Amino acid sequence: MIKKPSLRNSVKIQLRVIGALLMREILTRFGRHNIGFLWLFVEPMMFTLGVTGLWMMADANHGSSLPITAFALTGYSSVLVWRNTVSRTIEAIEPNLSLMYHRNVRVIDIFAARIVLEIVGAGMSFVILTIIFLYFGMIDPPNDILKVIFGWTMLAWLGASLALFLGALSEVSELVEKIWHPISYLLFPLSGAAFMVEWLPVEAQKAVLYLPMVHGTEMIRDGFFGAGVIHPHYDIGYMVFCCMVLTVLGFAVERHISRKVEPE
Amino acid sequence: MIKLEDIVKKYHTREGSRVVLDHVNLEVKAGEKVGILGRNGAGKSTMIRLMSGAELPTSGHIYRGMSLSWPLAFGGAFQGSLTGIDNLRFISRIYGADYRDKIAFVEEFSELGAYLREPVKKYSSGMRARLAFAISMSIEFDCFLIDEIVAVGDRRFHEKCNRELFEKRRDRAMILVSHDPGYVREHCDHAAVLIAGKLYSFDHIDEAFAFYDESIHG
Repeated sequence: MIKKPSLRNSVKIQLRVIGALLMREILTRFGRHNIGFLWLFVEPMMFTLGVTGLWMMADANHGSSLPITAFALTGYSSVLVWRNTVSRTIEAIEPNLSLMYHRNVRVIDIFAARIVLEIVGAGMSFVILTIIFLYFGMIDPPNDILKVIFGWTMLAWLGASLALFLGALSEVSELVEKIWHPISYLLFPLSGAAFMVEWLPVEAQKAVLYLPMVHGTEMIRDGFFGAGVIHPHYDIGYMVFCCMVLTVLGFAVERHISRKVEPE
Repeated sequence: MIKLEDIVKKYHTREGSRVVLDHVNLEVKAGEKVGILGRNGAGKSTMIRLMSGAELPTSGHIYRGMSLSWPLAFGGAFQGSLTGIDNLRFISRIYGADYRDKIAFVEEFSELGAYLREPVKKYSSGMRARLAFAISMSIEFDCFLIDEIVAVGDRRFHEKCNRELFEKRRDRAMILVSHDPGYVREHCDHAAVLIAGKLYSFDHIDEAFAFYDESIHG
């Protein structure tokens, strides 16, 4: 008499809800004024462009023969994926509480919509800047584009799982929000955006390779420059392991908090 | 059919956990109209929120054999920074309906005119209530959850709402929560009384009222 909803139907509803949340998120964040949703990737592009410009001017200091534009582009695009996703999921529930009156809108949907939006924005900014730089001859074409895509996809997974975990955890304790700001700041110079692991002393190499994002950044640069030019250090197995742990933990904490969320 | 089985809801407060609903059972069949009476703080709104699925019970099961609305007349289910039309779009998308068929109805029913294209945060509370009710009525459900709807807009609009909900949707099931026996008597076939987290169901509406009166004065 009482039917359980089928998995197929549930997936359909979930996609519908995430789609609706995405549209709403784009409207509330970027509005319909001036360039509207283009801000989604213009904003991260401006960021990357600014940093690339600064690094180009300070060229002498970076102590390597690597082309600085490509180095900055790969470095900054990598940082944006894991930093922006997390910033958007931390304390994401509070402003959306009123939507939770609708049964099919769950915590996971709000996280999913925000994560997807950040990943798409950071990804499009990376692709568009690469094309623009190529067009103006400021960078050489990537040596192995599949490696770049794979490395970036791994970073996107890391960003998504970290965002899920920390976003859910921020509902348990507001300390997460306070601590994430300094941590994300400190992680930026350590993430491999501004150096190659090869340049570091062996001891420091070991330490820095505990950070999963370093592996993704190294892989993207491996794809961009090729092993003939640089000596990348990365272990995709280790990165997959980290992402899986974060994904499982993320879903576990999300499940825990989604039972407790109360619409105002 | 909608069925609540042994629903328990506890909230955590500084003084420890507080039981708001204590093993509540309820069954609502298609087309049935059930009123739930209770004083302020008896747990009526909690019950509505659990039924709508906005919150999850601490233990127990809720079966939803028909489509259930969100708690009606809640201006709260909307986004202030979006326009009225954008809110309609969002809610239509969530419930898998095409908003284009709804715009005319919402425009006509809410009487908001050009304000429909302004952010909801610019609305007065009466305008918000009108938008909320119009959007609620634009999505069809088998069962409506109604939480003290009495205070929507002015008298004329109130009558319009009653017509739309209680006359045009006479065939639907309704679960109506109120502290006002007159309101429940007017619209419901059965009634139950919620006292201190326990739900007492009665076959005859008069028995429920007698019990409710006694609980207030006794």
